Amino acid sequence: MKVVAVILSIILLLSGCSGVQSALDAQGHSAIVLRDLIILIIAACVAVWIAVMVVLAWSLLRRRDPEDGNVRRSERHMTIWVSGAVAATVLIISGLTIASFRTTHDLDGTGSPELTIRVRGQQWWWQFIYEDTDPARSFQTANELHIPVGKEIRVRLESVDVIHSFWVPSLAGKLDLIPGRENVLTFRAERPGVYRGQCAEFCGLQHSHMAFFVIAEDEDSYRQWAAAQQGNGLEPSEAEAGAGKAVFMAKQCAACHTIRGTAASGTTGPDLTHVGSRGTIAAGLLENTRGSIAAWIADPQTLKPGNNMPIVPLTADELRQLAAYMESLK
Amino acid sequence: MTVEQRSSAVMDFDLGDAERDRQLMQRWATRPGILGAIAAVDHKVIARRYIVTAFVFLALGGILALAMRIQLAQPEARFLDADRYNQIFTMHGSNMMFLFAVPVMEAMAVYLVPLMVGTRNIAFPRLNAFSYWIFLAGGLLLWISFALDTAPDVGWFAYVPLSGPEYGAGKRADLWAQMITFTELSALAIAVEIVVTVLKQRAPGMSLDRIPLLVWSMLVMAFLVIMAMPAIMVASSTLIMDRLVGTHFYNPAEGGDALLWQHLFWFFGHPEVYIIFLPAAGMVSTILPTFVQRPVFGYLALVMALIATGILAFGLWVHHMFVVGLPRLGESFFTASSMAIAIPAGIQIFCWLATLWAGRPVFKTPLLFVIGFIVTFVIGGLTGVMVASVPFDTQVHDTYFVVAHFHYVLIGGAVFPLIAAIYYWFPKMTGRMMSEKLGRWAFWLIFVGFHLTFFPMHILGLQGMPRRIYTYQPELPWAGLNLFVSLSSIILAAGFLVFFIDVIRSWSSGKPAGENPWNASTLEWATSSPPPPYNFRSIPVVDGRDPLWSKTDELPVTSGLRTDRRELLITSVVEALPEARESSPQDSIWPFWAAIATSIMLIWSIFSPWAVVWGSIPMAVALIGWFWPKGEAEDES
Amino acid sequence: MRERVVLDVSKLPLHGMGIASPTWWGTCAFMLIEGTGFGLAIAVYLYLMSLAPHWPIDAPPPDLWAGTVLTALLLASVVPNILVSRWAKERNLKRVRLGLVIMSLCGIAPLVLRVFEFPALHVRWDDNAYGSITWILLGLHTTHIVTDLVDTLVLTCLMFSRHGDNTRRYGDVEDNALYWNFVVITWLPIYACLYWVPRL
Repeated sequence: MKVVAVILSIILLLSGCSGVQSALDAQGHSAIVLRDLIILIIAACVAVWIAVMVVLAWSLLRRRDPEDGNVRRSERHMTIWVSGAVAATVLIISGLTIASFRTTHDLDGTGSPELTIRVRGQQWWWQFIYEDTDPARSFQTANELHIPVGKEIRVRLESVDVIHSFWVPSLAGKLDLIPGRENVLTFRAERPGVYRGQCAEFCGLQHSHMAFFVIAEDEDSYRQWAAAQQGNGLEPSEAEAGAGKAVFMAKQCAACHTIRGTAASGTTGPDLTHVGSRGTIAAGLLENTRGSIAAWIADPQTLKPGNNMPIVPLTADELRQLAAYMESLK
Repeated sequence: MTVEQRSSAVMDFDLGDAERDRQLMQRWATRPGILGAIAAVDHKVIARRYIVTAFVFLALGGILALAMRIQLAQPEARFLDADRYNQIFTMHGSNMMFLFAVPVMEAMAVYLVPLMVGTRNIAFPRLNAFSYWIFLAGGLLLWISFALDTAPDVGWFAYVPLSGPEYGAGKRADLWAQMITFTELSALAIAVEIVVTVLKQRAPGMSLDRIPLLVWSMLVMAFLVIMAMPAIMVASSTLIMDRLVGTHFYNPAEGGDALLWQHLFWFFGHPEVYIIFLPAAGMVSTILPTFVQRPVFGYLALVMALIATGILAFGLWVHHMFVVGLPRLGESFFTASSMAIAIPAGIQIFCWLATLWAGRPVFKTPLLFVIGFIVTFVIGGLTGVMVASVPFDTQVHDTYFVVAHFHYVLIGGAVFPLIAAIYYWFPKMTGRMMSEKLGRWAFWLIFVGFHLTFFPMHILGLQGMPRRIYTYQPELPWAGLNLFVSLSSIILAAGFLVFFIDVIRSWSSGKPAGENPWNASTLEWATSSPPPPYNFRSIPVVDGRDPLWSKTDELPVTSGLRTDRRELLITSVVEALPEARESSPQDSIWPFWAAIATSIMLIWSIFSPWAVVWGSIPMAVALIGWFWPKGEAEDES
Repeated sequence: MRERVVLDVSKLPLHGMGIASPTWWGTCAFMLIEGTGFGLAIAVYLYLMSLAPHWPIDAPPPDLWAGTVLTALLLASVVPNILVSRWAKERNLKRVRLGLVIMSLCGIAPLVLRVFEFPALHVRWDDNAYGSITWILLGLHTTHIVTDLVDTLVLTCLMFSRHGDNTRRYGDVEDNALYWNFVVITWLPIYACLYWVPRL
């Protein structure tokens, strides 16, 4: 059994199971436990299938006597074999059920997470709220979650509109976000890294483009990041970015977006206070560069048709300046 | 019967064989022409219509699948936009489940069950006719909406709140919900007919332990339909009400619950897949013995397995909800029950293997598809065991792993046996054999194409690819396998094309088949191919499980039925002792009118709740016309 | 295949009654379908109740009088119903005709009371989920009374027509009576649910 499991793992590895969003490339405590169960159950099932195929092949191809003798004796034989197969099935099924129950038990957290983050899923982006007892230290971000490595993290999942699902396969199994209910998921990253997640419950037009990133870093890096996030939006130091801020405030942007420390306090769209510090924009759709920011603002409907951000008419200069301002909000 | 009636009635024992055939033909034949076809109540005519229509829907659904595969072959492709893709995957699932899979299995029952139990027509033949028109109307409703770019786009399972009044714009979700009403109505009608036919119209001597396994599987399927379909009727009706008249079943802000939808839908949805699978298992149990020329091993175990599967099917539905955040104890129960259903499935597989082992295989096309079924369905069943585990499922739920799983069990577990069944019973239905050569080509193309298309999806799911996405980004490692899958789907499509070509060619120019070209053992092979409208010149009498394999080459029959009116035999439930002679209705156009009236009411009610009131008036008129006695011989008692 | 006659069925009746009647079985199957539907509707009621912090939601428990009188009326109607069924089995045309007229009236009376039951709920179907499920439970049962009433009326006309004196018709009368019993019996758990569960 162990040999089969090893062989299977090799096969799975060769088939490219490494990946930033893969259940087989487990980097979190839960995902590791789950991966082990997955390999065990797959190994058992492969063995069963092979056994059935061998019997099938033999039944079809075996040499038969032209005059097959004792019908009653062969009926008895077959009854014994079939009963034996049924008994084996019961045993295997019971074993797999027990393995499954034990895994569920092993997935239990300690019950005292280091960090709790509120996740509010909406069509088609992720709002992450880091709450603190001191309101001045609370902050929000979008589509990119930073966590300290090796610590138990709890996420409280809510939905603003329809059902979504929070899934970072490299770290943990998925859990749905159901309107009217709160679900709680705990997980722990074992190694630092960037882990991709994606909404895993069909939620409408742009369900395909509702990704997010979980960035696990060592304690110091995490604290640095959190401290920076707690601060207000950086004042632009260059002229171009300064002009961009003026454009931002003059146009409709502030109706939907918040930049802490400015007059912009809209809540329909992602919080942009530190948007420049993120790796991607538009829920994992584009890399965060000045060019892609400009492209996004210029025509969000072409890049992500049907999403909730309208096209705001801007001149080429305004667009350039806005993109510079966004990039500067580190 | 009064003395006057007896003296004018024409009894079959007063006539010679040829004269009896002539009179029965005159009384039972469907009238020619369009009006005759619309008024037909012959179960074989209606079943053939049903089967052909269902296969048309299969082909259309397959084209939808190919469109999806073209879109997914490359990252960020622009073949289909998000809206069209969402309509297509909703259509694909809804069409395959509601317009193909269940109807085709029920239609096979409608054709085969009366023949296999030795009666002249199905119970409630006019209801049977009505059922077809309602099914057709539901299918047209869905496909016309697609042609008008207003098809439902919320998935075949239409979760709320996405399909609810707030997020489901327009009438798309209402069209879906009402299509459900049409198809459930037609499915329930046939289920009732099957139950009554199997329990009360069996040939004398065909006690419960002598019923062919296909008939057993259809009986269990019918009970599943009767007990599961009400759940989705309640679900779809309450959804329409939330959308149309402002109820709050699924609105958490006013005491409703999004999960209520999931419970109702899956309480139906899980038995639904067994409604599709059990008939396929019955087909295998009936076809396999013929191609090893010995009775099936373990008849009693197989019957028990069918019944156990049917009962257990109602205790699994929460496994579709393992990631919504339900209490752990509840989830664990459903893991245990979902794993447990593997046991009756296993019993069936082992009995089939034993039958193969003990017999002498004849490698004709039907057997090839049965073998393909065993290879494929076992994989599907095993991945089912995998997803039955809650923790395993938290990683693969809503990914391509599940897409692979259910295609393995649906195509492997239901479509392969179905194609075997077509090759097997086509000679009986049309009087012509299909082509062995084309059959082999179809088998290998479909078998290889299927595995190449769907096996990689297991890997894609484990690599993190979610379901129901219209595209994916290039930096993800899925492009290679997706391209491979899309190219492989061409092979699968080619296989189906060969199959359809074989059907069409064989229909007009296949080799003539005799009464029993396969030397099979069940009653449908005791009459001509195709059977006369009245099925059997005389109702057979049965004294074993394999009537045509009994030592004599004579068929024991009854006599004493009239030939001047449509008459068949009612027998007791357990022992099949004759209880009464019963008339079978004449052709009638009223079921068609009733279907028109019902369709008008149902479609109108998508737009206005008053349709239920005003629309029921023409329905009542049509039903009165249907049931009002016409003073014919069939009304005598 | 050659045939050999082994059984003569010519002495059997031309139409069976009771469990030898296909329509009796069809009626039973229909009762199973509708019964499952009612069961599910009650399950939905209990499910929504289990989720609500207070039940009923923003409404008092329904007024008892209309529903209780209706329940008594329905239960009383079972007596003439069983009699009609018995007379049909005896093929007594005169009594069956009388009985069907009585049963038609027994079908109309509860509908009159039903008109008062809806407002007695003190909530609208579109107020909240409690309103929705109570109106649906009541509405579902009302639909069954209405359809059975129409059935009974048509059957009454039929029994007064030239087709009336026929074993088949008597079988129809028996099946219709069976279904009315079902309509009455299914009302009892719904009555308990609507009127008494909120008072627990």
